[in-house]
Amino acid sequence: MIPGAVREAVARDGEQIVYVGRDRLLEAMRWLKETPGQEFDYLVDVTAVEFRDRERPIEVVYFLRSLQRRADIRIKVELQPTDELAVDSVWSLWHGADWLEREVFDMFGITFKGHPDLRRILMWETYAEGYPLRKSFPLRGRFSRAEQVRQALNANPEAHYSLEELSIAEAGGDLPDDIRERLRLGQRGVVPEPPPSKP
Amino acid sequence: MSKRTVELDLATPGVDAKGHPTRVPLTATSAEEPDLRDEHLLVNIGPQHPATHGVLRLVVELDGETVVRCIPHLGYLHSGFEKLGEYRHYNQIIPLTDRTDYLSPMANNVGFALAAEKLMGIEITPRCTVLRVIACEMSRIISHMVWLGTTSIDLGAFTPFLWAFQERERIYDLQEMWTGARLTTSVTRVGGLMADIPDGFVEKLREFTRTFPKTLAEIDRVLTRNAVWAGRTQGVGALTAEEAINHSLSGPMLRASGVPYDVRKDKPYLGYETYDFDVVVGEHGDVYDRYLVRLEECYQSNRILEQTLDRLRDGPINVDDPRVILPSKTRAMTDMEAMIFHFKQVMEGVKAPVGEAYVGIENPKGELGNYLVSDGTAKPVRWRIRPPSFINLSALPKMAEGHLLSDLIAINASVDIVMGEVDR
Repeated sequence: MIPGAVREAVARDGEQIVYVGRDRLLEAMRWLKETPGQEFDYLVDVTAVEFRDRERPIEVVYFLRSLQRRADIRIKVELQPTDELAVDSVWSLWHGADWLEREVFDMFGITFKGHPDLRRILMWETYAEGYPLRKSFPLRGRFSRAEQVRQALNANPEAHYSLEELSIAEAGGDLPDDIRERLRLGQRGVVPEPPPSKP
Repeated sequence: MSKRTVELDLATPGVDAKGHPTRVPLTATSAEEPDLRDEHLLVNIGPQHPATHGVLRLVVELDGETVVRCIPHLGYLHSGFEKLGEYRHYNQIIPLTDRTDYLSPMANNVGFALAAEKLMGIEITPRCTVLRVIACEMSRIISHMVWLGTTSIDLGAFTPFLWAFQERERIYDLQEMWTGARLTTSVTRVGGLMADIPDGFVEKLREFTRTFPKTLAEIDRVLTRNAVWAGRTQGVGALTAEEAINHSLSGPMLRASGVPYDVRKDKPYLGYETYDFDVVVGEHGDVYDRYLVRLEECYQSNRILEQTLDRLRDGPINVDDPRVILPSKTRAMTDMEAMIFHFKQVMEGVKAPVGEAYVGIENPKGELGNYLVSDGTAKPVRWRIRPPSFINLSALPKMAEGHLLSDLIAINASVDIVMGEVDR
């Protein structure tokens, strides 16, 4: 019995799905990876599903595979939309989860606790429109095209670098004074207001 | 500016027990030379750089010429395909799949169609199965040819690039014959294919399979035992089998590290278990082994193509189900019932039952997964692409660490990325 298993089901494609409680996810994953006879050593994919029915919980889906036994299993964690959207990161078990979890965070806003570098990955780090794959996010985005262009053109140069990279440049003494000043004020990526048009 | 006197110790970098190259640091002889050993340099490569194979941006922290850290930035080609898919009927998604991994569009079409068919419980016809195998293996050849060509250019060999692209051109001609398009093929439909292969296709493909190994042999002769090629690739970016599994690598990247996993053999689809071909496995997991694996896979794909041509029998390409396959134009114009089915399919789409399905297929880049969740309507609730090159690329910082900047180019090339798929 998988620790933390809430219920099991079989998908339409004959794959086994196991629903696991959010609190015991990491324990269940470690059990699946390390128990002889399970040995799910390969993480195929991590993704999330939000249903059109807003009442239904958001599911975080893990696809596991045992390369030895050639067996697959699907683990799901249900998160209530009213609750905090957070699960434990499985990065410590599979390093392949690094970018996959970052993508789920980027697209759904689900936080992975214990992830070493949880930043946006496909959208830029200062993206302010929300989480694109959520059902509440309109297909064309929240901002108008004009606003998006204005923000892109006005973004500060430091917005294109991660904080880690900026700290490397800072340590090397390469950072220009104006950027250092803006970082000190916490203005990274803040779009300056356009100058008032002359009457 | 003071003139520097630097003694260069021109030792060829060797490889230590862990597979990392060892090198002799440059030592400055003059006394007033400042000590630069602890000063790291931040170099930005891309997003518009030919060696990053698309709009990939790498920020690299360098100690001298050694990569200390490599931080990739993605998303310059993000098009939101997965979001778009939630607003489209299943057949309308197929053109989107062309544009993900645009170097093997036909295989992407097949991958999506298989997932949708699994979701709807549709069994495709035998002729369609064989034609889809042809589509997949043709895609594998063109994708590996592009990889071979661009990688050899990155490492300074120009001639294999021309040979590889010539062969790719011949497959593109075949794709054009079949679908009318070279790149955006959209060849599959849920339950079948957009069109049957035209007259003369089989002969042309047979001619290709006859002559293609000759080109491969030439590339093999020029590169495999080439001292420059081997020196630039052997021992570079090596990953052990455990590391490759832990980083969820798939496809040639995983097999080059010595893990014999091929979706075609281990989770067969389209009847791949009945074809006679070998799974190519490397040993060292470095750039050189990835090259060998991809080169040999071309031979194996060629073998599969030869077998498909012998198996191709006449028959329908679409399932006999008016709910999922559009009736012919003549029937839709003359038969009342056919017209109703035509109207319902175009206006309402094909409804999938409640449930979910995941199909992984062995794409040239690795395992391409299509995960569909349906709530019973004609549009999926969630369409997830498991992007093989995105996941393979995530191991790049690990592979590049401790190597020279020029090796980073070789390692990045060996991942075989397509930014259309990485960013989707």
